Amino acid sequence: MQKELRRVSIVIFLMFLSLFVASTSIQVIQAETYSQDQRNVRSVYDSYKKQRGSILIDGEPIAFSKPSDDVYHYIRTYADPMYSGITGFFSNYQGATGLESAMNSYLTGQNSAQFFEQISALFSGNPVTGASVQLTINKAAQKAAWDALGNMTGAVVAIEPKTGNILALVSKPGFDANKLAVHDGVTSTSNYTALLNDKSEPLKNRATTELFAPGSVFKILVATAALESGKYTPESTLPNPVKFQLPGTNVFVQNSGEGKCGGKATVSIADALRFSCNVPMAQLGILLGQDAIRAQAEKFGFGTQIKVPLTITPSVYPTGMDDAQTGLSAFGQFDDRVTPMQVAMMSAAVANGGILMKPNLVQVVLSSNLAALNTPVPSQLSTVMSPETAAKVRDMMIGAVARGVSSNGQIKGVSVAGKTGTAQNGQGEPYTLWFTGFAPADNPQVAVAVVVANGGGMGQSGRGNSLAAPIARKVMEAVLKK
Amino acid sequence: MSFSNLTDAINIPKIIKIIPRNRNIEAWLLVFALGLFAFELAQIQLSVLQILRPDFWLYFLPFSAAVIAIHFVLRLRASEADSLILPIGVVLNGLGIAEIYRLDLHSATLKAGELFAGKQIAWTCLAIAIAAIVVIFVPSHLFLRRYVYLSMFIGVGLLLSPMLPFLGRSINGARLWIGVGNLTFQPGELAKIALTVFFAGYLVTRRDSLAIVGRKIFGVRIPRARELGPIITIWVASLMVLVLQHDLGTSLLYFGLFIVMIYVATGRSIYVVVGLTMFFSGALVASRVADYVTNRFDAWLNPFDQAHYDAVGGSYQLVQGIFGLAHGNLLGAGLGGGLPQLVPLAESDFIIASLGEELGLVGMFAILVLYLLLVARGVRIAFNHNDDFSKLLAVGLSFVIALQLFIVVGGVTRVVPLTGLTTPLLAAGGSSLIANWIIIGVLLRISDSMGSGQRSFGGVS
Repeated sequence: MQKELRRVSIVIFLMFLSLFVASTSIQVIQAETYSQDQRNVRSVYDSYKKQRGSILIDGEPIAFSKPSDDVYHYIRTYADPMYSGITGFFSNYQGATGLESAMNSYLTGQNSAQFFEQISALFSGNPVTGASVQLTINKAAQKAAWDALGNMTGAVVAIEPKTGNILALVSKPGFDANKLAVHDGVTSTSNYTALLNDKSEPLKNRATTELFAPGSVFKILVATAALESGKYTPESTLPNPVKFQLPGTNVFVQNSGEGKCGGKATVSIADALRFSCNVPMAQLGILLGQDAIRAQAEKFGFGTQIKVPLTITPSVYPTGMDDAQTGLSAFGQFDDRVTPMQVAMMSAAVANGGILMKPNLVQVVLSSNLAALNTPVPSQLSTVMSPETAAKVRDMMIGAVARGVSSNGQIKGVSVAGKTGTAQNGQGEPYTLWFTGFAPADNPQVAVAVVVANGGGMGQSGRGNSLAAPIARKVMEAVLKK
Repeated sequence: MSFSNLTDAINIPKIIKIIPRNRNIEAWLLVFALGLFAFELAQIQLSVLQILRPDFWLYFLPFSAAVIAIHFVLRLRASEADSLILPIGVVLNGLGIAEIYRLDLHSATLKAGELFAGKQIAWTCLAIAIAAIVVIFVPSHLFLRRYVYLSMFIGVGLLLSPMLPFLGRSINGARLWIGVGNLTFQPGELAKIALTVFFAGYLVTRRDSLAIVGRKIFGVRIPRARELGPIITIWVASLMVLVLQHDLGTSLLYFGLFIVMIYVATGRSIYVVVGLTMFFSGALVASRVADYVTNRFDAWLNPFDQAHYDAVGGSYQLVQGIFGLAHGNLLGAGLGGGLPQLVPLAESDFIIASLGEELGLVGMFAILVLYLLLVARGVRIAFNHNDDFSKLLAVGLSFVIALQLFIVVGGVTRVVPLTGLTTPLLAAGGSSLIANWIIIGVLLRISDSMGSGQRSFGGVS
């Protein structure tokens, strides 16, 4: 019987082992997934008891939890709608978005970095206080961007090229997150419904998640691809007809305003960028081929989802195009789609000698006793181009601002590199207006991207240089304290 | 000891005072177990009420008195009995009372819901008293062997009693209870003991014929139809439980118990193969025919599916239990600090989820290790006992605890489909407490005879 008993013992042991494994899986390995399930009200009850951490800029809170006298103990309070694109909202009824969602585990004190606090809370009986998140945002630049956009729909992203630190992140129109944080469910829900039904879509984060046609700012990318191929220099010339017939179609490409782009039989790549000409760029794009452009786009970050820690929607360079479509894509039309964050990353990469740093919003995460729990270090996302190419592209962008059609980006006493864009969105649709650039060109402190949607309220008569460039200038001036 | 002839030793009057080493170890462990119980009660009062109330003693004293009483019964009547079994039972039972009391305090603040802790303590005291009676009135491990066939009648009778008109009750869709007025009882819990006694007695007499007789087909010895009769009877009975009483867990429990015992008795793995095949084919057919089994299976496989979550008899309870366990995380919310009341039947079927939430994975492991130790002590008795009937009885009773725990906790943690069994010693409910304390009593009784009982050889192990 002893042999049989030994085997039964093994069976019993295996039964227990399966219970050990299953409970470990549920209680530790998958615990985070379960705690985020919509049907799990425990996390909601938990979140009431703890003081949620603050979101700070230079030590001043832009989102914080203030003690309240009701069952919820604390009410979430937001300083200013200009930060709504960064913080998002935290509501007992509508959930959370923005950093409130992306940094939730720190803000609630549930992150594994707070393990020892959690243990001491277990003994003291006091709930863990959430950690605070200090941002890289430059308050002056953020305010300049918010004010400069005025009543227009659009977005601004400013990045420090050397570190990837995000200095400004504005999406307009913003919203007052306090209206969703109220503890009265009926009010919160009706405010939320009103925001959802608002035609200007204030809940949308235009800086990080909306995809726009890039128009001429995409020419920076094509010029980079051309120089990186080794077959072209900024002085390489291309035929310069008034109209260029796309191969295999009856469609003609014209320069903006039907201009002649210098008026000579050929035009250099530098001048094509300076005057923002479509005809030579379409030809250059076809000569390079879509694969070379796509490879360059991917080095800039197209097609990759990054978290800053806000999730950035990947930008798109289309696949499977014919030559005609490739020609259109080369000056930012056809199905090219980009986020303002991606465009800012393009300028930042050029500014930083071809090295693209990972954009990042978080300077430091601080526990309630002000210990640093997490200090993100600048990290390199990719090597986009050689330093030589970067210098050449920079010089071409300086030319576009100093002596070209991107002139409204100029700042007195500072050399600015930049490029405008005015993207068409189909027959009769308002244009999408762009400016991207960096300053000072010789020692870049800030790279910026501005998008003004819906033609800035001017239909098809607004231009990137007239509406977007002045906004970018103000943001750069704010960073440079000019 | 150096008696040359042990039968003479029995006739020698006990003039040598034997030091009850096992009982002394047990006493220290019981002090620890009761201290733990006091700590749990105090922690719960402080956490939920913020103060210690005098009714602490109302919960602490009766249980402690019962535990001390049975300890002295063991000193007098079974001084060589295993030293770990009783303390483990006390820790688990105490933890169950504490968690049930904690859920009561929540119900009390809402002024709604039934209170269970008082009843649980009363049942616990009664159960420990019955365990003591078992130790006192079952004078030796061989005593039960005289009542093998009586046990069978009692077992089958208890098992089928919920089917009786007037007496039988159906709760939560399973017809497993008998009741008079407000008092309900789950006779199936007691039936498992009676049937274990029967299986042990039956198998010990028939093991040779079950193991050897029969003709060989393809090199496998097939027992005669006459010998297969009982296994088929048990199979049919457990399928009847499944079909008529709507209870997958009980059915699996009896059948698993029987297979293990027949395997241990005969050493023939063919019984395991045939038995499992029979059970699973029966269950498969049932899952196609009976809606409630189908629902349980679907809820088991895809509990997070919204349709199953919303369905009546769907996965709502299972999913809430999993959320509770996940909420407990590694270290738990602390006794009184979690939200176990959000799970339906948090005090009975889902008490393990309640404890897992408040004590965390660490507490969960501690509880499982306690059960494993308890079962291991039982199996150890089977290993070391010289009497085959006692071996079978010990392994049967231990396995029934292990299997029941596996079915319940496995159901809550999605290892197996969820069924309606109770967690031994922890869950609210009198029948389960009485049954499991009787098992403890029997194991203690058998273990007492392990070192000095009748043996076939003279060696001292």
